[in-house]
Amino acid sequence: MEHYNMNLTLKIWRQKNNQSAGSLETYQVKDISSEMSFLEMFDVLNEQLIVAGDDPIAFDHDCREGICGQCSMHIDGRAHGPWTNNTTCQLHMRAFKDGDTIVVEPWRSKAFPVIKDLMVDRSSFDRIIQAGGYISVNTGNAVDANSLPIDKKDADNAFMAAACIGCGACVATCVNSSAMLFVSAKVAQLAQLPQGQPERESRVLNMVAQMDKENFGNCTNTYACEAECPKGISVSNIARLNREYLSAGLSTEQ
Amino acid sequence: MTWKLFFTSSIGKKFIMALTGIFLITFLIVHCGINAMIFFNDGGETFNHWGHFMGSNLIVRTMELGLFLFLIMHIVQGLTLWSQNNKSRPVKYVVKNSAANSTWYSRSMGLLGTLILIFLVLHLYHFWTPSRFGGMAGIKALDETSLATYNNEEVHNLYAEMKLVFENNLLIVVVYILGVISLCWHLLHGFQSAFQTFGVNHKRYTPIIKGAGVVYSVVICLLFALMPLAFYLHWVN
Repeated sequence: MEHYNMNLTLKIWRQKNNQSAGSLETYQVKDISSEMSFLEMFDVLNEQLIVAGDDPIAFDHDCREGICGQCSMHIDGRAHGPWTNNTTCQLHMRAFKDGDTIVVEPWRSKAFPVIKDLMVDRSSFDRIIQAGGYISVNTGNAVDANSLPIDKKDADNAFMAAACIGCGACVATCVNSSAMLFVSAKVAQLAQLPQGQPERESRVLNMVAQMDKENFGNCTNTYACEAECPKGISVSNIARLNREYLSAGLSTEQ
Repeated sequence: MTWKLFFTSSIGKKFIMALTGIFLITFLIVHCGINAMIFFNDGGETFNHWGHFMGSNLIVRTMELGLFLFLIMHIVQGLTLWSQNNKSRPVKYVVKNSAANSTWYSRSMGLLGTLILIFLVLHLYHFWTPSRFGGMAGIKALDETSLATYNNEEVHNLYAEMKLVFENNLLIVVVYILGVISLCWHLLHGFQSAFQTFGVNHKRYTPIIKGAGVVYSVVICLLFALMPLAFYLHWVN
């Protein structure tokens, strides 16, 4: 692909803290390489701001290789920008043209309060995982992988659900800010593995109860989450979550 | 887990929407099937006969109570969800390209449902009220529609009522068609969505369910839309 440089106008959400109201501020960046990642372009902008004595833009990032789930920008009206199955850090500037105006906002949800600028507090996800997204086993020596027979189909499905990186794009993009895709991925992963069986019932009930406590909205099956998920988590996991919840809800004596 | 806890959870609320929705979907098949008998163009004889059956059969009348109960549950739950979901994002996006990831009607079920509700009030006033309370003074919505007699049995002439409502009222015909269009979009999402809620999502069956949902929504709504048109354009007399 041909390399090119571009000049861009950026409209970026600036917000001092959780209490203050934010607004879009306009910035110019010049000579941005089409080979740069979106976050590298932000680094260039922040260097400009620091040199000029301004406050750099706060944004979350960590691995910058699409696996940690930290980056979280709503770019031109879409979670993680215009590419599908892609995180913000793996979005490259060749997605844009010279002269483009790009609008960047933080994830917006009552359950994800803004900390500063583009950083949001996603600890509601942590509390949902703490409510049941784990298995209780004593660690020790690693057992032989083949000592626990798991059907290939179940292993594959569980693995695909486990690909969730917890970035929150599903919540950010959902018209209802529902966390159903995130919760369903963890419930579906563990429900299909033998290690997940002892806590299968309590897990789904507790995780859904915690999700409801965290001010997420209710799922209305628009499937926007699946379309915007960087890891392509399927909404068939939500169907499985519904089945798990129905079965656990009807049979539990908790 | 108590029933209350189950049905007030976010998933339990979905189950209520799906359960009542599927019941209403089934009801529409019966409603549309019987109304489509006006197209026999026999002066409403077949239609009135079955209309009378539906209005006088004890089992059907009992189910009607269930229908109203489920309808009210669907409306109240739907409006509650709409309001709750709206509050879950207090600060809206400045730019939102939702068309890139979902259909507009799947995101507009609350709005479409409200349009259907407004239409439904008018619809009940036109047909349900006169047919249930037709004999009682003061409650009648429209002019007296005569009783029709078939095989020495007097039945309420709903056919004449339809004729009265639609024949020379272009505005009413347009409102009905707009109501049916709202219903069509609502069903296009609602049909397949109900199955997803109940956990039916399968490589083999989901495409069939989605296809059936499109056929169902289009056929039912097309038939419903043709009814006021048929009277207005004198296709049936």
